Amino acid sequence: MSFITVNNLWKEYGDLVVLENLNLSVKQGEFCTLVGASGCGKSTFLKMLLGQETPSRGELLLEGEPFPGEPDRNRGIVFQRYSVFPHLTVRQNVLMSLELEQRPWLGKLFGTARRKALEKVDAMLTSVGLEASATKWPHELSGGMQQRLAIAQSLIMRPRVLLLDEPFGALDPGIRKDMHDLLLKLWQETGTTIFMVTHDLKEGFYLGTRLLVFDKVRRDPHDPEAFGATITYDLPIGQADSKLLEDINDSVAQTARHQAA
Amino acid sequence: MRLINRHPGRVSAILLGLLPFLLIMLIYSLASQERLAANPNDKLLPGLEQMTAAVDRMAFQEDRRSGDYLMWQDTTASLQRLAIGVGIAAFLGLIVGILNGALPLIRANLAPLVSALSMVPPLAILPILFIVFGLGELSKVMLIVIGTAPIMMRDVAQRVRELPGEQLIKIQTLGANSWQVITRMVLPQVLPRLIDAVRLSLGPAWLFLIAAEAIASTEGLGYRIFLVRRYLAMDVILPYVIWITILAIVIDQCLRFANRRLFPWYNAGGH
Repeated sequence: MSFITVNNLWKEYGDLVVLENLNLSVKQGEFCTLVGASGCGKSTFLKMLLGQETPSRGELLLEGEPFPGEPDRNRGIVFQRYSVFPHLTVRQNVLMSLELEQRPWLGKLFGTARRKALEKVDAMLTSVGLEASATKWPHELSGGMQQRLAIAQSLIMRPRVLLLDEPFGALDPGIRKDMHDLLLKLWQETGTTIFMVTHDLKEGFYLGTRLLVFDKVRRDPHDPEAFGATITYDLPIGQADSKLLEDINDSVAQTARHQAA
Repeated sequence: MRLINRHPGRVSAILLGLLPFLLIMLIYSLASQERLAANPNDKLLPGLEQMTAAVDRMAFQEDRRSGDYLMWQDTTASLQRLAIGVGIAAFLGLIVGILNGALPLIRANLAPLVSALSMVPPLAILPILFIVFGLGELSKVMLIVIGTAPIMMRDVAQRVRELPGEQLIKIQTLGANSWQVITRMVLPQVLPRLIDAVRLSLGPAWLFLIAAEAIASTEGLGYRIFLVRRYLAMDVILPYVIWITILAIVIDQCLRFANRRLFPWYNAGGH
């Protein structure tokens, strides 16, 4: 049985069809990158995996069970922005994850339990390269550092699925490269299943084990909302040749122009 | 250079800021001198001499009848009412505001009531307060509470709803239950905003305090002003008004300072 199964999944908002007839099967430990034009349902699909949205029709299963209807600790998330807590320092941000888990009422740890938790926190901070910034406030960090913190905060919970919604979209190209290396390293260490939405097709071709292209197969020139997007390409990364990548690029660009028109 | 692009320097900004105060003082003292020259017993525009004499009498000499220092007695009475009233209002504002902002079920239940209550003119129900709570301290404190709490409730609820949705999702993926979301994410981020809301409410709070004291009281800054009005005692009224203004500024600045010290992340653009 596959880890995550998607059967004939549709998502509609009234007359607007976002996703149509999605089928997918993902094994544990895969790193899927989701690419496609804006409005092609990548983020909607991610939100369904997160529990923020529910499918209109079809099945979305985690090990054969329907996905819970609200976010929970099995699924970590990193957004493009605002996913760290501004009122806590870097260390407190990561520590809070453990405190929430161990103290349902107080939400705080003291004494030995706190010291033990802090050891884990510091190890986590070291592995994302934030050990020198442990006592800083989030607003004192650069964009890339904030994303490192958001990743650390999620990963310390050892989520079964890590969801990334354009996590590096707001970062400089040089920083982005560092973040790719970090993400691949953490993925290899933890073996978490990762879904990453990205605008950057090259990022999609380079990272991960599997590339999912969201695109519209059918287009109605008079009614751009009539048909939804689906997965048009499902490629193992490394096997795609440059001609195919160009084709995908062209098709996605065409959809994007069509959406904008 | 366009006017919108011309900025004053440090010193000239301070001077420009002082100028209106100096002008008002100048105009007042000229007018006062003129009237006093015509009639040395004029009461409407007392000079500096009369006012310092009045302050000396009110603040630094025992009252002949009661043996109290009236101005300090008035000040402590008024500040006590203000502190209790605003304190209760802030507490209610925090609790109801957070519940309204964070829990959709409570919001559906309570938000319309809070909106309606905030539209009731508080002074219109002052007679009801006097009837229900009597003429003592309670009715004055209640007026401040009723006048300022609904607005703080709405303000806090609005601030809670302005917290980024990403944070709310994120903390749920860290396994937080509703209680933890409120105590570890919402409450600490709303506290500095509550202090801002209190600062804004202090103006109305003073208004309600003085109104209540003017109508029924035996001590207090508002009581004194309205009492000496009968004798046209502008030499007491003007220093009292200036004193109230100074108190209001000091309280406001103390809250601002506390906000900066207690929540360093808030004022450094961390929200």
